[in-house]
Amino acid sequence: MEHYNMNLKLKVWRQKNAEAKGKFETFEVENISSEMSFLEMFDVLNERLVNEGKDPVAFDHDCREGICGSCSMYVNGKAHGPWEKNTVCQLHMRAFKDGDTIVVEPWRSVAFPVIKDLVVDRTAFDRIIQAGGYVSVNTGNAVDANALPIEKQKADESFFAASCIGCGACVAACPNGAAMLFVSAKVSQLALLPQGEPERKTRVLNMVTQMDKEGFGNCTNIYECEAVCPKGISVSNIARMNREYFGAGTTAE
Amino acid sequence: MGLDAKIPEGELEKKWSDYKSHVKLVNPANKRKLEIIVIGTGLAGASAAASLGELGYKVKAFCFQDSPRRAHSIAAQGGINAAKNYQNDGDSVFRLFYDTVKGGDYRSREGNVYRLAEVSAAIIDQCVAQGVPFAREYGGLLSNRSFGGTQVQRTFYAAGQTGQQLLLGAYSALERQIALGNVKMYSRHEMLDVVTIDGKARGIIARDLVTGKLERHFGHAVLLCSGGYGNVFYLSTNAMGSNVTAAWKAHKKGAYFGNPCFTQIHPTCIPVSGEYQSKLTLMSESLRNDGRIWVPKKKSDNRKPTDIPEDERDYYLERRYPAFGNLVPRDVASRAAKERCDEGYGVGTTKLAVYLDFADAIKRYGLIEVGKHNIENADEATIIKLGREVVEEKYGNLFEMYEKITGENPYEIPMRIYPAVHYTMGGLWVDYELMTTVPGLYALGEANFSDHGANRLGASALMQGLADGYFVIPYTLGNYLADEIRTPSIPVTHPAFEQTENEVRLRIEKLMSIKGTESVESFHKRLGIIMWDKCGMARNEEGLKTAIEEIKQLKNEFWSNVRIPGEINEMNFELDKAGRVADFIELGELMCMDALNRKESCGGHFREEMQTEEGEAKRDDSNYSYVAAWEYNEKGEEEMHKEKLHFDIVHPSQRSYK
Repeated sequence: MEHYNMNLKLKVWRQKNAEAKGKFETFEVENISSEMSFLEMFDVLNERLVNEGKDPVAFDHDCREGICGSCSMYVNGKAHGPWEKNTVCQLHMRAFKDGDTIVVEPWRSVAFPVIKDLVVDRTAFDRIIQAGGYVSVNTGNAVDANALPIEKQKADESFFAASCIGCGACVAACPNGAAMLFVSAKVSQLALLPQGEPERKTRVLNMVTQMDKEGFGNCTNIYECEAVCPKGISVSNIARMNREYFGAGTTAE
Repeated sequence: MGLDAKIPEGELEKKWSDYKSHVKLVNPANKRKLEIIVIGTGLAGASAAASLGELGYKVKAFCFQDSPRRAHSIAAQGGINAAKNYQNDGDSVFRLFYDTVKGGDYRSREGNVYRLAEVSAAIIDQCVAQGVPFAREYGGLLSNRSFGGTQVQRTFYAAGQTGQQLLLGAYSALERQIALGNVKMYSRHEMLDVVTIDGKARGIIARDLVTGKLERHFGHAVLLCSGGYGNVFYLSTNAMGSNVTAAWKAHKKGAYFGNPCFTQIHPTCIPVSGEYQSKLTLMSESLRNDGRIWVPKKKSDNRKPTDIPEDERDYYLERRYPAFGNLVPRDVASRAAKERCDEGYGVGTTKLAVYLDFADAIKRYGLIEVGKHNIENADEATIIKLGREVVEEKYGNLFEMYEKITGENPYEIPMRIYPAVHYTMGGLWVDYELMTTVPGLYALGEANFSDHGANRLGASALMQGLADGYFVIPYTLGNYLADEIRTPSIPVTHPAFEQTENEVRLRIEKLMSIKGTESVESFHKRLGIIMWDKCGMARNEEGLKTAIEEIKQLKNEFWSNVRIPGEINEMNFELDKAGRVADFIELGELMCMDALNRKESCGGHFREEMQTEEGEAKRDDSNYSYVAAWEYNEKGEEEMHKEKLHFDIVHPSQRSYK
């Protein structure tokens, strides 16, 4: 891979805390290697800011392997940046060229208030899971794992839905701020499995109710969520959730 | 204090069931009055918090991430072992026990490891019941794969995302208990000290990482499920936030630290590419099933790997270890890579890498496909195309990840890999009940030292984390709490809480007041270099002694020259990190002391003075068959205690993979 260095202009959202009014701040960064990750470029910037006695840019990140779902930057108008099926921690600087201007914002959504700079509060997702994103089985109650054969195709489909990392890019990308892809991924995972059957109706009703309560918007089939999803979760899960929801709504007590 | 591991008497196979039959119980009405604090929400913490909540205890769970679902267990790739014997290939609880003790190079406790193997099967049942979508065969039953160091197929998996699926299972159980009101969750909170009253753990001081405010929390017992300390090396496969702080604070409050020098260096990681490197990425051990590892036979050979002919390549693992070849255990594979690179045969710009090559596997699978599809006179391109498809199905997500990071296509150019710090076998010393030397203070999962000896086998970390949380602590904790039912909740206005909070506050204020010139990150990097060079894959007396001096010097510099921007009472990631790095510096010194003391080579601990003529690790059972448990004593010094290891069933022998 051809290696090169570049000078860039960064326009980064700065906001001291939840109450403060935010604004963009512009930074010039020099000699950025094409082999760096996008977050390592921010490390370089932050190291410089610390040395200059300034506040470094706050952003969420942890595993830097694209699986924990912490990182959440809106880069040049796209959640997680320009690469397909990718988290921003896995984005590398070879995606950019010398002289580029890069605009970096936090996830923007009513249900994800900004805490500081690029850090947002995504606890709404946890509360949606609390509403029903589980199978009610206490430890020690399980039967032998192979007592319950599951069709491979369904198991695989369930797995694909379960691979959601809960990053919230789907919400950030949606013009309506809808969380349908996230919620439908969990509903689908469990609706496809026999283990999820006993609570199938209450689960979808309760999770959707909680989703609405948190202030997430409605789905109008724009599919931006699927386009930015780092794990490629399919919008067909949304269709499945709608079927589950209407089915449950018409038959539940 | 004497070290009593409290291993139950009796035959190995009956110890755990006898224990469970006779352990003290707490009745449901009393459980409601007992409060438990759980630190960390990875596999061990989430499973413990959920299971204890289900039992009716009042649980408070803490994590520093924004959601409990993000704990670093999520990143585990390969799989989880369990002695199910679904493959009818001769697996059993005994074999899993035996492989684990041997794989750990005979530095773990038989009683603990047997229990781990015994509960392994129930873990799989529990996870399936929760809706964890493990890989399945066409018949609808669970699929298994093989992993290093074993001869049976006992590893359950969910593509390359097993840790994610298991953690989401435990997380959903935890969220359910939160919804039911049995568990209260504190995310973006960090534990900064343990509160002890009359020698017992009675609570914690935590910091709200959003507001910076210190909080006091009471608990009848405190469970540390805070993971490993691989980030002491700065560069590791751990998440950026993984840290030793909770365990280290416990250590300073009297919990002994077991075998701190036992570190696992994983052989197949993407190599360092520059000074700005912030972390390292693992490439799953499963790749060694099909990939062949090699370096050029000529030193400093700068040709492209594909231009180097077959007879000028050194497949050094196959050459040195014909019986196990590319599937030798992790410690052996890592040292062999280092040896080649040290001798000048490394590849890539830094010369600190070896090739992991799939060309042969692609051809081999291609030929099988050609045969399956009855394609006559298939040309090379067809064979490669078909073979590539097979390799893609098996390892596609890993190849994709490699390409994203390096920009190179591993189907065409061999991967470049190098060993990296991955896991720490050492941790807080615990007895059979997972209690530390502080009564009421427990350690679970990677945070304790107990089950993996000097080297952990692949797919065993997930097993241990969930065993501790789902199936061990719900029993053993009751044995302690049964005597606590008369202890009412202690108000957090108690002087012990006040004093501990003051100590925490003073330390934070001191850190902020230094206002020096060097960043926290810079100190962390410097510590990492000392640790990697002198307490990494190979260690020797002189190097370790130098390292101890260098770390002492670094500690002085840190406390006189660190620069932390921002304020205390706000979200301040630099301040969070400063506290963690300060603890890593102290731990680093202890690791070097422990490595210096252990004048033998075993598992991941390789003392250069102790090797055979062929350069293999030489264990010394007559002098070092013990757990080194370090006490931070009243004089503020580290003092070592020995827990002698007894092997009644497995007889230690020199491991050989030739």
